[in-house]
Amino acid sequence: MTAPARPAPVRIGVLALQGDFALHSQALERSEVDAVEVRKPEALADLDGLILPGGESTTLLRLIDEWNFVPALERFHATGKPVFGTCAGLILLAREVLHPVQPSLGLIDVAVERNAYGRQRESFEARGSVTLAGRAIPVDMVFIRAPRIRRVGPEVETLATHAGAPVMARQGTVVVATFHPELTDDLTVHRYFCDLVRTARARTP
Amino acid sequence: MTGTNGLRIADRKHIGLAEMLKGGVIMDVTNAEQAKIAEAAGAAAVMALERVPADIRRDGGVARMASVKKIKEIQAVVTIPVMAKARIGHFVEAQILEALGADFIDESEVLTPADEHFHIDKFAFRIPFVCGARDLGEALRRIGEGAAMIRTKGEAGSGNIVEAVRHMRAVVSGIKRLATLGAEELMTEAKTLGAPYELVRWVAANGRLPVPNFSAGGIATPADAALMMQLGAEAVFVGSGIFKSTDPAARARAIVQATTHYKDPDVLAKVSGELGEAMPGIETSKLAQSELLQTRGW
Repeated sequence: MTAPARPAPVRIGVLALQGDFALHSQALERSEVDAVEVRKPEALADLDGLILPGGESTTLLRLIDEWNFVPALERFHATGKPVFGTCAGLILLAREVLHPVQPSLGLIDVAVERNAYGRQRESFEARGSVTLAGRAIPVDMVFIRAPRIRRVGPEVETLATHAGAPVMARQGTVVVATFHPELTDDLTVHRYFCDLVRTARARTP
Repeated sequence: MTGTNGLRIADRKHIGLAEMLKGGVIMDVTNAEQAKIAEAAGAAAVMALERVPADIRRDGGVARMASVKKIKEIQAVVTIPVMAKARIGHFVEAQILEALGADFIDESEVLTPADEHFHIDKFAFRIPFVCGARDLGEALRRIGEGAAMIRTKGEAGSGNIVEAVRHMRAVVSGIKRLATLGAEELMTEAKTLGAPYELVRWVAANGRLPVPNFSAGGIATPADAALMMQLGAEAVFVGSGIFKSTDPAARARAIVQATTHYKDPDVLAKVSGELGEAMPGIETSKLAQSELLQTRGW
């Protein structure tokens, strides 16, 4: 008789081309999963989930293009592995990007407007609440030159709103937020994503 | 972001914008055309200024904030953050930049100082500031005044990385040194550094600055950018290095790649391979004390 093998630790990648990937990695490690910085597509191979951080979406798009990340990201999503995008990460994941129109992966059926509140002068913090697994949880929301979700498709569940507009949403294994949970000490949102990754991993053989 | 022993520092949303720029390249631009080239190359932000440092150095005269017209032209053509420089202590230039909606103000030694004793009270503004520093004490003084980002100064417009290396090493080794001190040593250390005691204690406990630390002043090649990243910079500013080279777009793209893949020599070799001439450099040890930009700031 041998003891059952201990399950391999959950490994979540953070796209580390540009942006606040280091803070996401720290939030993941404080949530007790392994965080892996991803700078090339082949690094996605043995990961269970992926975070696309905030940063500048034009910079990220240029680097994604340069390293031919798109097919690898599409495959990652198609195998049922969860993806979480904050701010610029949301812009990369959205079906439609406005102001200006730019290419995106289209993995979640939302339309998003870039820099929708204005410039840095108009950045703000707010106390809000996210509804996760049917429970409303208060969180601090930091909005930085934030995008605004202008349309959500019928398959998309809104997880949080601010001033009447959706600021966090989910479609299947894809989660997006216009604010930055990684800038606060609160792990609510990261723990939610880690749970999603664990569930998805348990489902796949 | 977390409490700094009761001492106020920049707002979380402002330090947050600096966090978003990490791993990126902030490029000096003097007009809309250059701004578009920078954005297309993958710049994380652009810095609007009247003349690049190499030209300020060559032409002399008083260097001031960029013209309002130029800043507006640049803001109109890019979607990435637009930073702009104000003279040290010139809080009215800063007020004008705030009114224009600049995303970050660089209170910069590259421009001619407006005040020989005092920097701007950065808490009086709704937009964030970045300030230069040559060592840990200077960095902590600026953070105490409200800077949301520090950049080591280097020697702007020189195309010579040696001063940038010196300043980054000084800040990093200053941080390491604090971690080795006992609690009873920190007050005297704060006095020696000329830095707020609360921040000295915070850095000693956390082993880093409470705001992001970028590198500037002398970066001319992809290898220079990667060197500064390996030495501990979290992003880089490139001034004259791009638009004073023979092929700015290609050099800008290569420096962006090198900043992301700074630990990967194969990528660095690849992106360094097809570039035109770098800007001509200056031997900074041959510059007279009065010609140095880095000594401005108090």
